[in-house]
Parts: sequence; C-alpha cells; structure tokens
Amino acid sequence: MNKNQRVPSSRSLSAVEVKSKFGAEFRRFSLDRSKPGRFDEFYGLLQHVHRIPNVELLVGYADVHGDLLPINNDDNYLKAISTSSPLLRLFLQRKEEADYTFGTDSLTRKKNTVLSAVLLRPDSNRKKPPVIISLPKDFRPVSSIIDVDILPETHRRVRLYKHGQEKPLGFYIRDGSSVRVTPQGLEKVPGIFISRMVPGGLAESTGLLAVNDEVLEVNGIEVAGKSLDQVTDMMIANSHNLIITVKPANQRNNVVRSGGSGAASGSSGRSSDSGASYYGYSSQGGVGAVASMPSHIIQNFPAGELESDEDDEDLVIEGGGEAEPIRRAPSNYSMPSLPRYEPHLNLRTTTTTSTSAHSISTNGTMPASGSSGSLSYANATSSTPSPDRAMEQRSLEEDGTVITL
Amino acid sequence: MRRFRRHGHESQRDRLKQELFHFNKTVEHGFPHQPSALGYSPSLQLLAIGNRSGAIKLYGAPGVEFMGLHDENAAVTQVHFLPHQVELVTLLDDNSLHMWTLRAHKGLSELLEIGRFMLTGPPGAPPSVTRVTAVLAHSSGELLLLGTEGGHVFVVEVPGFRELEERNISLDQVSNRLVTSAQHTNLEHVEALQENPVNPNQVVIGYGRGLMIIWDLEKQRAIQHIPATQQLESVWWTEDGSYILSSHSDGSYCRWMVGAEDVNEEEEKSDIPYGHFPCKAISKIVQLPTEKGPPFLLFSGGMPRASYGDRHCITVIQNKTQVALDLTSRIIDFFVIRDGPKHTDPSALVVLVEEELVVIDLQTEGWPVIQTPYLVPLHSSAITCSHHISTIPIKLWERVIAAGELQNTHYSKKPWPITGGQNLAPDPPQRDLLLTGHEDGTVCFWDASGVCLYPMYKLSTAAVFHTDADPNDNMNQGTEGEWPPFRKVGCFDPYSDDPRLGIQKIHLCKYSGYLTVAGTAGQILVLELNDEAAEQTVEAKVVDLLQGQEGFRWKGHTRLDVREEPVLFPPGFQPFALVQCQPPAVVTALTLHSEWKLVAFGTSHGFGLYDYQQKNNVLIKCTLNPSDQLAMEGPLSRVKSIKKSLRQSFRRMRRSRVSLRKHHVNNAAKAELAEMELAPVQRKIEARSSDDSFTGLVRTLYFADTFLSDSSHNTPSLWAGTNGGCVFAFMLRLPPVEHRADEPVTAQPAKEIQLMHRAPVVGIVVLDGHGAPLPEPLEVAHDLARSPDLQGSHHLLVISEEQFKVFTLPKVSAKMKLKLTAVDGSRVRRVGVAWFGSSRSEDYGESGLVVLTNQGDLHVVSLPGVKMQVQYPCIRREDVSGIASCVFTKHGQGFYLISPSEFERFSLSTRHVVEPRCLVEVPLHSDNSTKHRPLHDGFSSAHGCVPSVCLSQCCRYLVVCRLSDCLCFLPEVLQEIQKSLEGDQTHVAGLKRTSFIGSFTEILFLT
Repeated sequence: MNKNQRVPSSRSLSAVEVKSKFGAEFRRFSLDRSKPGRFDEFYGLLQHVHRIPNVELLVGYADVHGDLLPINNDDNYLKAISTSSPLLRLFLQRKEEADYTFGTDSLTRKKNTVLSAVLLRPDSNRKKPPVIISLPKDFRPVSSIIDVDILPETHRRVRLYKHGQEKPLGFYIRDGSSVRVTPQGLEKVPGIFISRMVPGGLAESTGLLAVNDEVLEVNGIEVAGKSLDQVTDMMIANSHNLIITVKPANQRNNVVRSGGSGAASGSSGRSSDSGASYYGYSSQGGVGAVASMPSHIIQNFPAGELESDEDDEDLVIEGGGEAEPIRRAPSNYSMPSLPRYEPHLNLRTTTTTSTSAHSISTNGTMPASGSSGSLSYANATSSTPSPDRAMEQRSLEEDGTVITL
Repeated sequence: MRRFRRHGHESQRDRLKQELFHFNKTVEHGFPHQPSALGYSPSLQLLAIGNRSGAIKLYGAPGVEFMGLHDENAAVTQVHFLPHQVELVTLLDDNSLHMWTLRAHKGLSELLEIGRFMLTGPPGAPPSVTRVTAVLAHSSGELLLLGTEGGHVFVVEVPGFRELEERNISLDQVSNRLVTSAQHTNLEHVEALQENPVNPNQVVIGYGRGLMIIWDLEKQRAIQHIPATQQLESVWWTEDGSYILSSHSDGSYCRWMVGAEDVNEEEEKSDIPYGHFPCKAISKIVQLPTEKGPPFLLFSGGMPRASYGDRHCITVIQNKTQVALDLTSRIIDFFVIRDGPKHTDPSALVVLVEEELVVIDLQTEGWPVIQTPYLVPLHSSAITCSHHISTIPIKLWERVIAAGELQNTHYSKKPWPITGGQNLAPDPPQRDLLLTGHEDGTVCFWDASGVCLYPMYKLSTAAVFHTDADPNDNMNQGTEGEWPPFRKVGCFDPYSDDPRLGIQKIHLCKYSGYLTVAGTAGQILVLELNDEAAEQTVEAKVVDLLQGQEGFRWKGHTRLDVREEPVLFPPGFQPFALVQCQPPAVVTALTLHSEWKLVAFGTSHGFGLYDYQQKNNVLIKCTLNPSDQLAMEGPLSRVKSIKKSLRQSFRRMRRSRVSLRKHHVNNAAKAELAEMELAPVQRKIEARSSDDSFTGLVRTLYFADTFLSDSSHNTPSLWAGTNGGCVFAFMLRLPPVEHRADEPVTAQPAKEIQLMHRAPVVGIVVLDGHGAPLPEPLEVAHDLARSPDLQGSHHLLVISEEQFKVFTLPKVSAKMKLKLTAVDGSRVRRVGVAWFGSSRSEDYGESGLVVLTNQGDLHVVSLPGVKMQVQYPCIRREDVSGIASCVFTKHGQGFYLISPSEFERFSLSTRHVVEPRCLVEVPLHSDNSTKHRPLHDGFSSAHGCVPSVCLSQCCRYLVVCRLSDCLCFLPEVLQEIQKSLEGDQTHVAGLKRTSFIGSFTEILFLT
C-alpha cells in the first residue's frame, strides 16, 4: 500500500501534495494545508489545471482506508485535506459519464483501473458486502426519529420530509379510544389513530409508523380534544414537514436509552433512523464528529419554535419575468433560511434545500494556482439541481398556464 | 426571558384589547324557526311566540324584543300571559309549566324565568292524568286552571305554582252530576277551558268528546251541561257572556245559550260553513262584537276536505262580507287585537303560521295586510347569500326607501298595532343595509341599523330573463263567484321558478348607487338606481372563460335565456348591463369599483374584468387546471351525486332497521349492523397538489390602487385568489377621465404568487404605508375616509384558509405570517376587515381582521402585524350553513343564519353594539277595563285601598336608578308621585317618559 507513497518532503508539513487524475491524465500540484481555501475555489483550480474549464466534474478522493469518497462541499473538502497525508489522490470524472461509485471498497472493486493495484488495501474487509454510497444528488432525508432524549420510551416522534418528494404521504387517520391512567383509575378517552397506510407511500416506506399507532401530537401540538377533521387539517397544513408523535401499537421496537448522556441517546436515536443512507457520510467524520455535536443530532421542538420556513418558498412570477421563490424580506421575524434538518444531519451538501446552494458560484481565483484566469461555476448549467430549483420547475410544469406569461 | 422582557407591554396590550373587543350575541332578526305557540297580552300589548326548540320570544312596539330559552329542549306548546300582569306561563312538550316575568333592572326590562312546575297526580295514577292539555290563566291573575288528558282540571295558584287541591275539578265531580250515563264513561281529555267574560267565577270546561260543562269556581259545582256530540276543537265564550260557541272536528260550529239552569238544551244554532261535503275541523273560533254594527266571526280551518283540504285558511265573516284568508303555511294560532274607545272593536287579526306572521287590518275596507316591522320571513325565498354595507349616505338611503314605498302600496296605511313597551335604545349611529340574495333571483334590502330588521326594498332580477313561469298566471285569484272566497295573504313562497336565477354574490357601492349581483348560471348584472320607471333592453355579453382550453365539456345547466325585447323596470335598481359566463357555472367571486367603472367576476373556471361604461370585456383569464375534470361537471351533476349518496344512506337505514327488527333471530344482520357502527370514519392525510379538484375556482377578487410594478408609481390593479393557493395580479391602465368613454381600459399581467401550502385564498387586502387597509372606492372622494398613505411602502395581505401572510410591495417578498391551521387545526371560513373603536377614549381605534373559522370560532387578527388578538366561540362547528352564511360589518358586528329564517346578530366591538334595550311596565288598568272585569284586576278589596296597591305595583316594576339621581331630582319626583297617587294616569306615563325613573321605595324612604 505504501509503495507508491513518496517520502514526505520538508514542504509537506505545511503543504498537501495533490495528485489529480482525470481520464488518463495526471496533474500534480500542492495546496497549503493551513489555508486550503473553499471548495468552489478548489473546484475551479482543478478545472484550470486540467484545462477543462467547462466540464462538469465529480471529484472523489481516496481516503486512508482506500475508500473513494466524494468532495463536493467545504466540509468534506477540508476533511480530505486534513486526513490525507502526505498525498491527496483525486479522481475526477465527467459528471455525465461517471462510472465510479462512492463507497467503501469502491476502488478495490474496480480491478481494471490503473489505480486498483495502487489502492488495494489489506483484504480484511473482503467478506463484508461493501457499503455503497450514492451520489450526493440522490441524498434526501425521508424521515427521522427525533427527540428521543425527551420523550417517554413508549412514544416516538417521527418526522416525515414530504418537501421535495414525489411520494404521497400516504396514510389515513381515524377516531378511536385509548385507555389512560388517571388519578381516578383507568379511563377511556377519545384518541386519533392511524387507520391505514397507502402502499408505497412515504409513511409506509419509512417503517416508522404503523396502523393503530395513536397520534399524540402534530408538530408539537397535542391533538387531545381536537376533532378528526381538525387533526386532518393540521397534518395537511404541516404536510411539507410533518412531525407526528405517536404511541406505537407495537411497543417492542422502541428505542432503548442507555445511560443519560446526550451522546449516547443521540447515537441510539441515530441507530433507529431508517433514513440511514445519508449517515454514510458521517463515517468520514468519524465518531468524534458525532460526539462533538450531540446537541445537533437531537433536536427538540418546543411548540413555539416550530416556525419551519420551508413552506415559505412561495413562487412569484413577475410579469414577463421568470419564476423565483420568494426570499424572506429582512425583518426581525426572519429565521435562518437553512433548513431545520441540516444540523441534525451534520451535512452541508448541495442537496439541502438552502437557497444558498446557488450562491456557490463565485469568480474567485485560486491563490495557489497563480493563474489569472477567472473561473466561474456556471449556476445555470448545474446538473445537480437543488430541491428548490426542482420545486420551481415542478410547479411550473404542474401549473402549466403559469409559464405562458 | 421573553416573558419577563415584554411583560409591561403585554399587560398594557391586554388592557387595550379589553377596551377594543367584547363579544356577545345581541339580537335575533327574522322569524323564529318552527314556531309552535302564540300568546298575546292585551294589557301589555305584547306578543309571545314559543318555538319547538324551547325558545320564547316577546315582541311589542318595534325595537321591543325579549328572548328566553327554556333549559329543557322541548317544544313550547302553549303560551299564556297572566291577565294584567307582566308574567306569562309556558307549557312545554314535556308537560312542564314555566313562569316568566319581565323584571326591570337598571332601567331595562329583562325576561326571566321565575318558576317551574310539573303537575303531580295521586300516587300510582297513569301519566295521562296529569298530562296538561288546556291552560286557562284566570283573569284574577292568581289562578291557573289546568285541564288534563285524564279529564281532570287542576287549580294552581300563581305565580308560586301552589296546588289548590281542594279546588280541583275531578272527573268524578263532573260525571256524578251527569244525568245521562252514556257520556260519562269516557269524556276524554279536557280540550278547552274558557272563562265567562262577565262572571269570572264561571268557567266552561270542554271535553274532547264534545261535552261542555259550565263550572262555578266558588260554589264548586257544575251549573250547566252542554251536550255536543261532535269531537270538540275549541270553545269561545261571547263577550256578553250569554253564548258559548263550540267548534268541532267535522267542520261545524255551534252556538249555545248560557242559561242559569242545569238543563240539556238543544244547541241554538249549528252550521257547517263550507258544508255539503265533508269538511276538516275548525280548530279555533272567535266571535267579537263591534261598537256599532254586526260582530266579527273568525275561525281557522273548516275547509272542504276533498277539494281544499290542503289549504291553510282563516275565515273572517262580518255582516255579508266573508273572506277565506289563504295562508302560506300551517296555522299555529291567531288572535284579534281590539281598540276603539272601549277596547272592543276588532282592529287587527294577527295570524301566526309556520313560516310567517300575518297581520290583517280589520278596520280598513278590503282588510289589507299591515306590513310587519319585525318577524319578517327572511326566507320568503331561501337565502343564498348576504352582503352588509355600513354607513349608508342619507341620499342613497332615502332613494332606496322611496323605491321601496312604491312597492308597498298594497299594504294597509295603519300603524303597527302591537305597541307594548318602550324602546329605550338610542337611535342607531349610522344607517346600515343588509342585502340578502335569494333563490328566486330577488335581492332584499333590509334596514339593519337597529334591532328591527326592517324590509326596505325588494329587487327582482328575474324580469331580465325568460323563465318557465308565465308572468300572467300568478295570482289568478279573485275569479268571480269562487267558493270558498279565497284571498292569498303572506309572502312566504319557497318555490323558485328556475334555480339558475339564484343570487350568489352581491356588491353595492353606497356612494354611486351602482349594484352588481351575480347568480347561479354565471350571470352578472350591473344595476343603477333610478327613481323613475324605465323601459330598456339589457344587452348581454357572453364571456368564454375557458379561453380555448381543450378537452372540457360542461355538463351542468345552460345559460339563462335573455329577453331581447325591452323590459319595463319599476323605479329602483334597474339593470343596464349583463355578462354571462361560459361555461355558466356559479359565480364565486364578485367585486365592483365604481370609480373605475369596472366589475370583476370569477367562477370555478376563471375570472374576467368587465368595463360597464363601455360595456365590454377588458380581461378574461382562465384558471382551470387541465387535469381538473370535476370543475366541469356543474352543480347539477353534483346534485346527482348527493342524491345518490342520500339514496345509499336511506338504503343503509332501511337495512339497519330490518336488522334491528330481526335482532333476536338474525345474527348475521346484527353482525352487519355492528360492523356498520364500527366502520371507522377515516381521513386521508395528503399534501395538497396542483392536481386537486377546483384549484382554479376563484375565491376572491380585489381592486387596489397600489405599487404593483415599482415603488414610485401607484397604479390601479386587480387581484384574484384561487382555491389552489394562487394569487394573480393585473395592472390596469385606465384612460383619463375625459376619454373614459372611448379609450379602452387595458389589463396586463403583473404578478403571480403560488402559495406553497396551496390552501384556498379567501381574502386579499392591500395595506397602505400606515398599515391601514386601503379605503373603498369613492370613500376618499366623499371625504369619508382618510386618503391612503402613498408615501410609505404598501403591503399585500393574503389570507388563505390556513394562514395570514404579509408580503411587501412592489417586490413581493414574505414579511410575516400567522399560521392558523398548522397550530390549532381550524381553517378560515369567513374574513372581513373591521374597525374597532376603543370604549374608553373616543378617538382611539384600530383596524383588524375578523375571522370565522370552520370550528365556529371568531378571531380578531391585528393589522398590519397579523397577531392573534382575541378568540371567542360563536357557532357550533356542526352548523355548517350557519358558518357559511356569516357576514361581517365594517364595525365589528356580524350576522349569521341560525335557521333558514333567522339571523343572529353578534358584536365583537365594545363600541358598536346593537341590542334591544326596552322597558315594559305593569299595566295600569284604565277605567273601562276595570269596569269590564271589576273583581279581578288586582284591585281586589283584600288588598285594602287602591293607591297602596298601585304603589306596590309601581315599586315592583318601575326601575331603580342611582341614588344620587334620586336626590337631585327629589322635589320633582315627589310631585310626580303625588300626582300619580291621585290616580292621574297620564302623569305616571309622563314620569316614565322622562328618562329619569326613580325608585319609589327609595324615595319614600328618604321622605
């Protein structure tokens, strides 16, 4: 594994050697480890050194375990710089003809590539089926279990991300009665229950909700005393970001809390999250990253702070102009426009619905390259549309008449 | 943290809220739903109506109204005022008796229940023994005679409901005296109880079988038996006490001589007025003498069973004149008001039928109808929409009244005969109009300024169209020699010639007198107020809202057929322009801008803008979603599906009944029933999508002069909101005034907002630089509103069913919002902008949004901050039609239908409250009345001297006022008292008329 590794030069303490491969061509350059810059600058530099200014790239690197992992934002870029020593090996592909898949063992499986021999790791993990990490654009949170630390173990708070999702929410609720323990003894009280799941719907696909689960809260508001129609309207009004607290009919799959520490409960919450695919990313950060920010992983939702603003992206079409989502006017009222689940995921990918995804485009030049060429990330030609752009497009399609202006 | 920081501010705001907002339901307008009993007090001149849901309402002079509700939810079957008292007794369906009184409190009378009573029979007796069928409030005011199903008559002392067992008239006592034993086996229930008008000790007891007995209350024995053989319906003792009239189930009535001896006389006279063929029962008969001339005979029913058995008639006969008043619905009861110098002459006949109150003037030739100032049947044709306009300019008001008076020429000129009580409510501060649109294409204009919802004018739009009904074939009454001599009275007419005529939306500009109404078949009429009759053709303009959208076929009704020849329109609102939408779907939104002379209208397919000066279309916009097929079905196919579901539910009901019957034998049916009961009601949880049905339905239209394109130039604009959460804004270009008639008005699309939550947009308001809603058109020109602030930035407030959202203008960016549905699950059903004045300081007030949710709760939301201020439960959430019918006024009041015929009025404002404030005083008997019933007028010798009784009664019923007032007016008051004690009635009245009313007891104490 080390045979191709150069002896670190004296420079390498402060600089990172980069070997970048695009197709059959290699480029070598170095970056300042202490000042790596931002991802978009780095991306521009790569386009520049390979002289492919207008080619959409997927950037991957080989980490210490020989896994091919993506670089597509500041976070994983910094991670790549900091963990690769002495050499950062990059693999560039055209976006449209990408044939590497990111994931563990992904490079080892590509036997016929030139690098396969180079990157072979000790075969200890051979027997395990490799974990496939899909492309960033495929990442979308679907559901999560939240607030495990503050809820009783018999309850489960499930968040369904309908936003930007083609799947129907897909469940029905009904009236029913449940038995409560009161000072007067057991008492039958009216309650709301899940009565049916639509096959293939979001609710069913998460596996977190089931028929006969009792609905206790909708987005932090208790449903006790509310009629079926009221609860229906509340759920529909929150449908883009629905948080339901249920008492599962099947109590055997409950999250069991070990110890009282935030980190522990955080990880247990994570373990039961069925939308686990995106946790593949956390492997690059290691356990330390998770442990360092347990407070982000566990989100508590006081009722007052439920002003989720994802629905704020009402579409405005100016006369003769093009559609744009409504940005919030600066006011004391405004909340950070970052989606709420972002800190929870500890990810900053372009898949998040943040409108800032568009603001990546810069005209910055890379300090290390010394090149005078100004590189720009053409926003319009981006083939990884951010969800809100996708939303726009879909709304336009749906409305049909809208575009005719 | 926040709690501590803002504490001071919050409490200040809370105090302000208390000064601004206060909720109460103030008065019910219209006609009580399902009336079941009628009562009248000649001494109080008050009318009482009880209904099937246990409400009791009292009416006197216009503005004098009282309402009470029995705790039991049982129907009121009888109402009786205690003669010469302010108490009344009600009998309910559940056999309970209730005593009500009008008690003065703080200068105003209140209707209070002061006692209840249930007759108890001997132990072990069947319930029929005590089931009350007839009630007589004895003229002494101290006794109540209760006839029962078992045939007994119980005597009860009132107002305390003390049973006087020793005075009861049992069946045995009566039948012991019977000579013939054939009748005594079964006398059946007591059908009627009447007192001898000249001898209060004598009452006649009429039994169901026909037997009548004159009973002496003092001697405790029967004086006379009257052996009628037909089933008895009612008994009437003539004024001079010498005859008894009885009416019977075979349509006959008999007159019996009242003799001193207990002999079985033959009836003196028997008649079947509409005889020969079998007749229906005469349910009530009344004979009244006149001062000079022949008496009046009035009776209800008695029609020939086969030919006119379905008519609801009251026959009035005087001398040779006989009229069968043909009423519009079932007769509940009737009475006759008498006036003249000796209060004997019948002056008016008051008939309560199921759907209206009809008053006939009996002193004017032809017995015309007197128009009722209240209790007007709002639902003479079913109400389909309503619209309220506050502060009508006096000019328009007078013109509408003038137009209305021309329509009312057939009414009697006599004043309203029921005049009890005093209306102490201050004159309404402003003139308010309530417009109701009806199923038959009429629009009624109501004076909604005060407690009485008084009809002003009625507009019919049907004349513009060809309808199935031939205008000549209505009212073909009056054919010579017809027998019985029918005359139609009353205005209740629920039958519509053509359901397409139904009015759906109304908008009136109070300054210009332009009115626009829109109906079920996509018709939009623009009308102008004209004081002269005019003959004109109404030009129709067809507007294709589909705009070439392919693949739709309208399955609903067709357009209305417009008359092409000129039509003569009476003075009043006359149509001059007509737009017909294609497809002819129900018009769902309508607004008019009289300054720009534009009308905007919307249906489930799109919206349009019509220039009524140039009579052409400015804009047509299709909002239809290509995948929305349901929108094209039209109301008729919807009806079909309702029918289908009705049929299904009936089937289900039948099935379940069958299974119930076979409960013991058929387990399968039982299981099926159980399954049906257990079948859960489910609700689908799904995000709204653009594919939902009726997303293109236009819910609201709004004109605004605001900053649509840039922040330096304000332009006229049209805003439209759809069911699918979309807002369209169009910039309008109006030619200068001098070229308004010839240069075209243009509209160009400026903005389109798609709300992400896609909830229906129910309201759009533009707020000016001060955060105040833009004034109505012409309001500024008439100096009635501050001109909007055009310096500061305007804001757009979009109200959807789920949230309130404020956007900046001209760049539309979200500024703030208030979520409703996401937080408490209720949805906005009705919304209006209102101004709330502070109760504490005259010049402070703020604008707010008044919101009614689908849960029936009222909210006030502040402007421009969209913060929830107050919340009050108002309507039951199951009462969908009540919620849908709600309209708000501009001053924080509102109306909603509590039944097809009644509006409930409520107020959210502390300053604008319209509620009945009235005073009813104890009747002080005039000479002739005391002469008339000398022994039972409260002046009985047992009470000692007359003045003391008078005084004690005054003390009981006059009003207590603040002591300080008493002191400063003391000499004057004492003088007044002195005069009144001398028996001078007019001075007492004068005292009451002065707004100062002192407590006699207190004053006496001071002296």
